[in-house]
Amino acid sequence: MFDTALSANDLIFLAKGAGMTIFVTLIAVFCGTVLGIVFGIFRYQVGPVIAAPLTFVLDVFRSIPLLIQLVLANAFLGMVLRLGMSGLTVACIVLTLYTSAYCAEIVRGAIESVPQPVRRAARSLGLSWRQDMTNIVLPLAVRVGLPSWIGLSLGVMKDSALVYVVQVTELLKSTQILITRLQEPLLLLMICGAFYFLISFPVARLGGYLEKRWTHD
Amino acid sequence: MFNYTFQWKQALARLPQMLDGAVVTMQVALLSMAIGIALAVVLTLFRLSRSRILSGIATSWVEIARNTPALFQIYMAHFGVASFGIHFSPWTSLLLGITFNNAGYLAENFRGALKAIPDTQARAGRSLGLSELQAFRFIVMPQMLRISFLPMTNQMVWAILMTSLGVTVGMNTDLYGVTQDLNALTFRTFELFAVAAVIFYLITKIIQLGARLLARRMFRY
Amino acid sequence: MIEIQNVRKSFGALEVLKGIDLTVHNGEVLTIIGGSGSGKSTLLTCINGLEPIDSGRILVDGTEVHARSTDLNKLRQKIGIVFQQWNAFPHLTVLENVMLAPRKVKGMSKPDAEAMAVKQLEHVGLGDKLSVYPSRLSGGQQQRMAIARALAMSPKYMLFDEVTSALDPMLVGEVLDTLRLLASDGMTMICVTHEMKFAREVSDRVAFFHQGVMAEIAPPAELFGAPKSPDLQKFLAATA
Repeated sequence: MFDTALSANDLIFLAKGAGMTIFVTLIAVFCGTVLGIVFGIFRYQVGPVIAAPLTFVLDVFRSIPLLIQLVLANAFLGMVLRLGMSGLTVACIVLTLYTSAYCAEIVRGAIESVPQPVRRAARSLGLSWRQDMTNIVLPLAVRVGLPSWIGLSLGVMKDSALVYVVQVTELLKSTQILITRLQEPLLLLMICGAFYFLISFPVARLGGYLEKRWTHD
Repeated sequence: MFNYTFQWKQALARLPQMLDGAVVTMQVALLSMAIGIALAVVLTLFRLSRSRILSGIATSWVEIARNTPALFQIYMAHFGVASFGIHFSPWTSLLLGITFNNAGYLAENFRGALKAIPDTQARAGRSLGLSELQAFRFIVMPQMLRISFLPMTNQMVWAILMTSLGVTVGMNTDLYGVTQDLNALTFRTFELFAVAAVIFYLITKIIQLGARLLARRMFRY
Repeated sequence: MIEIQNVRKSFGALEVLKGIDLTVHNGEVLTIIGGSGSGKSTLLTCINGLEPIDSGRILVDGTEVHARSTDLNKLRQKIGIVFQQWNAFPHLTVLENVMLAPRKVKGMSKPDAEAMAVKQLEHVGLGDKLSVYPSRLSGGQQQRMAIARALAMSPKYMLFDEVTSALDPMLVGEVLDTLRLLASDGMTMICVTHEMKFAREVSDRVAFFHQGVMAEIAPPAELFGAPKSPDLQKFLAATA
C-alpha cells in the first residue's frame, strides 16, 4: 500500500517505545491504584474537614496539566534536590500520583454509593468495621467503581504519551523521532494510533459491558 | 535547607507575559468547546439517524477520540494532514486537535444523557405536529444539554489542560508555550512552571465556579 | 369525520387490532372501554399516525393517515392527543409548554401564541400557573396542562388515552371536569377510559373493545343498560 523507507529496525524501535508506554502505564496504574484506595478510604473515613488538605492536593493534580507536573517534578527533584534520578523514575512517580488523585475520587464515590441502611444493617448484625468493609462495602463498591477505574487506566496509558518531556522515549516520542528521520508522518502516526486504539478500544468495551451488566441487576 | 536559591522575583517579573499566554489558552479552550459542542450535537444526530454511513462516521470519530492520546490527535492535525499538503499553523492544529477530542467525548456524554430522557417526550412533541428534527431541537436537546452540564464542565477543564500540548507542534503563544520560551531565556524552570501551574489551577477553579453560577441561572426547573 | 376501515395491527406475533371499522362524526363524543390489551389505546396512536398499521385505512376528513403522500406533521395539527403519562416538557414553563407547538409548527408570532396559550390555560383552570415549571405541578395539573397544550393547536379532533389512569384518585375529578367542559363546547372527542360513570354521562356512543375486536357499540343508555355480548356483561360486572 505504501512505498516506504520503514525498516525492520525502525519497527523494533517503535516496539520498544510501545513497551515503554506499557511499562510506565502498568507501574503508574498499579502504584496509583494502591495509593488511591488508601487516599479514598481515608477521605471517606475522616470526613471532609480533616481530609481537606489531602483533598486540595489531589485536586491540584487534576487541575494543572500533566506536562507541567512532569516538568516541575523533574526540576524540583533534579535542580533543587539534586537527587540525580532518571527521567523514567520521575515519570513513574508523577504518573503514580496523578493516577492516585483520580483513583481516590473513584474510590470515595464508590464507597459513598453503598447505601447507608445496608451498612447499618451489616453493623447491626455485629460485623466489625473491617468485616463490614470487606464483606459488604467492597463487593458493592467494586461494581460501581470498576468501570470508572478501567476508564482511568486507559486514560493513564494515553496520558503517558507526555512523559517524553522528561526524556523517556515512549511510543509517541519514538514515532516522532522516526517522523523526523523518515518524513512519513501519516504512515507512522497511523501505526502509532492503531497501537493505542487496539489496546484501548477492547478494554473500554469491556468496561462498558461491565457497567451495563452491573447497573441492570 | 536546599542547596538551591529560589528566584521568584525573576519569574514574577514575567507574569504579564504569562497572563497574555493564559488569555490565549482560554481563547483556544473556549473556542474548542463551542465548536466541540456543536459537532457533538451533529455526531449525536448522526448516531440517531437511520443512515449506516452517518452513524459509522460518528461512531468512528467518537471511538478514535476516546481511544487514542490527545497528543496523538494534535499530531494528526499537524503532521498527519501535512501529508496531504495541508499545512496548518500550530494554533489551528491545536484547536483542531482539542476540538476533535472534545466532540468525541461530548458525543459519548450526550448518548448517555439521551438514555435518561424517555421516548415519550419526543413522541409528545411529534403528536403536537413537530417534525422529528424540531422535536429533537426544542424538546430533547435542551434536556440533553442540561443533563450533560457537569460532564461538559469537566471537558472544558480538560480543554484548558490540553492546550499545554500545543507546544509539541510549535505553539508558543499559549500559557505553556510562553512559559517554555521564557524558560529557554532564563533557565528558572521550577519558578516559571510553578507560576504557570498556579495560573492553570486558578483558571480551572474559575471555570468550575463560573459553571456552577451559570447552571444556577440557566436551570431553574 | 374520522373513518376507520378494517384496520389491522400487530406487534410481532400479537395481533392487537383485528379489523376495526368505526366512524366518528363531527361533534360526537365517543368513549372506548375495554380491558387492558384490548387494543383501544393502540387505535388512538394509529389515528394520528404515531403508529403504522398493517392493513385497512384511516381517513381523517378524507385524508388517508398512513398514505405515503400525507404530511403527518400537518395532519397532526388537526388531531390533538393526550396520553396517560402527561409528558410535560420539564425544561419549559407551563406557558412555554403550551406555546411551543403554535410557535414552531404553526409559525405563530410570540404575542399571538402567548395569547392563545393563556386562553387555553385559563380554560383548563391553570391561569395562575403560567410561569411555573411542571415539576411544581400536581399530576392533575400537569394533565390539564397537557390538554391545554393540545388545544392550543386548535385541533378539530381530540383523542384522550386513559388520561386519568396515572392520577391519584383525588385528582381524577378535576381532569374529567375539563373533559366535560370540552364535550359541552362541541369538540369531537375519542376517549379511551376506565371511568364508567364518565363514559355514561358524556358520551354520544360507547364502544366496547375486546381482544382486538370492537365487540359492541351503542349509545350509553343502551350499552350499559342492556349489554348484549357476554364479554361486555362480564366486563361491566367486574368494573361495577
